[in-house]
Amino acid sequence: MYAQMVKSEGMKSLDEMSPEERAFQERIDRGEKIEPRDWMPEGYRKTLIRQIGQHAHSEIVGQLPEGNWITRAPTLERKAILLAKVQDEAGHGLYLYCAAETLGVSRDELLEKLHSGKMKYSSIFNYPTLTWADMGAVGWLVDGAAIMNQVPLQRTSYGPYSRAMIRICKEESFHQRQGYHIMMKLARGTEAQKRMAQDALNRFWYPSLMMFGPSDKDSVHSAQSMAWKIKMNTNDELRQKFVDQTVPQAEYLGLTVPDEGLRWNDEKGGYDFTEPDWSEFFEVIKGNGPCNKERLGARVQAWEGGAWVRDGLMAHAKKHAAAKLAAE
Amino acid sequence: MPSLPDMMTKLDPSGAAGGSASAAPAPADALFEALLRLGDSTLILGHRVSEWCGHAPVLEEDIALANTALDLIGQTQLWLGLAAEVEGAGRSADDLAYLRDAWDFRNLLLVERPNGDFGATLMRQFLFDAWHQPMLKGLEGSSDPRVAEIAAKAGREVAYHLDRSADLVIRLGDGTDESHRRMQAALDDLWPYTGEMLTPDATDAAMAEAGVMPDLTAIARDWHALVGDVLAQATLARPDGSYMHKGGKQGTHTEHLGYILAEMQFLQRAYPGAEW
Repeated sequence: MYAQMVKSEGMKSLDEMSPEERAFQERIDRGEKIEPRDWMPEGYRKTLIRQIGQHAHSEIVGQLPEGNWITRAPTLERKAILLAKVQDEAGHGLYLYCAAETLGVSRDELLEKLHSGKMKYSSIFNYPTLTWADMGAVGWLVDGAAIMNQVPLQRTSYGPYSRAMIRICKEESFHQRQGYHIMMKLARGTEAQKRMAQDALNRFWYPSLMMFGPSDKDSVHSAQSMAWKIKMNTNDELRQKFVDQTVPQAEYLGLTVPDEGLRWNDEKGGYDFTEPDWSEFFEVIKGNGPCNKERLGARVQAWEGGAWVRDGLMAHAKKHAAAKLAAE
Repeated sequence: MPSLPDMMTKLDPSGAAGGSASAAPAPADALFEALLRLGDSTLILGHRVSEWCGHAPVLEEDIALANTALDLIGQTQLWLGLAAEVEGAGRSADDLAYLRDAWDFRNLLLVERPNGDFGATLMRQFLFDAWHQPMLKGLEGSSDPRVAEIAAKAGREVAYHLDRSADLVIRLGDGTDESHRRMQAALDDLWPYTGEMLTPDATDAAMAEAGVMPDLTAIARDWHALVGDVLAQATLARPDGSYMHKGGKQGTHTEHLGYILAEMQFLQRAYPGAEW
């Protein structure tokens, strides 16, 4: 998930490649994994850093919209499940920063780029979570869209990224089931709960479709990433798959997907649906989403407000290393 | 308008309005009260710690704080579940958590203190863990097997909480000048809230007498020894003041608890009877 519009370098044909680049591409074509110590083109390394970094940032910013409801969760069990989920997300952030570090970039460098706005996180986390039903919708739709993207990435060419994805996918599918369960409770609950569930679907439907990134015809960076097996499917393929999977789930809940253009197309064996408003997507990416300022502001504040803690821990470690050395 | 009685005149000589703490409660009531003290304290501390989600100084601490909160909420389910069973009034753990008002809560005042900076959150956690760990150890030997079972499970989690909070208090106390100053300030602020958990009242005495719960005076000895040792390693000065706030265990709270409950109970109060 969580990787949108990741820039990658220009595409070369096998003939245009240097012998090293060619050997590298042939390894990928044979389905071999690239490991941190292996030679790799600079473009491959940079693109991966952008993509894994963006994914890691999304996980840690993604704690905020759900963290927003932990203190208001309606039962002790729901509170525990939500806490476990947000903890998992922080854990995913950790694996992914570690995977990025194998490419020669530190977590602090990546965070600096997030805080200064040079790196992005997924557009979805710039939408607010306004009711409890949003905890259901986020699990069902947002994690659902993430899984759609991440399952193929388990086979990505870069070993550490692939292994991180395998772990993450296991937990994400659990999250999605929990989200759907929240929706089910609401959809079978009181009138007010049903309204709450429908309202959440209305607000999260199109932002979830945007998670796959712009339409293929406007997606300029896909070809090289796909050749490198950093990206396994096109944006439109995944979006279609997501709609096809999600519409029957909404029907089962008795909820209405907020798209009058939605209908089954026998010929293609999938649904026809209305594209999201891409001008809204580009505004959110530019920083004009409903929560961009709060989300990034919260992260920057956590980082800056916590500087004394990190400095204190480092100072303690240094003192004690020095004391230990002196004692030897 | 009728004239008001003299403010200094006792309205009810039996003292029913005040809820006297000196009279020994009946055994079942005492057990219910004592279980609420445990479950409400883990609930309110879990709530406070969960407020940090996504805002910690470093990613590893986001994970540790969420994990601590999760443990505490899990323990709450067990303690309040048992309290509800002991009460026998058909209430559930969720009913107790979500449908009581502040005066019916029995948590320690310490755990409702606001988070403050990371240092204050950490110091509050350490002062609580240093009580919680020996308390659970004592509870493992409870004459009530249901209590012993919960304590054994919770004890494994809390041993880790104490390791972490003590370690971080030492590192930050003996870190930079700023981290030292902040940790000392947190300790000075929170110290007057530590007396309550170490001083037995009639309910605590009845529970110790029945062998259900450990004697708090013994817990207090362990607490002082451990806290003294950690503060010394952390180069922090134990505050001189001996004045201690109390009242949480009997249901007289600080102003903060009302806001915690308003937030925590919002959905249950706004949609009565709904299932989630």
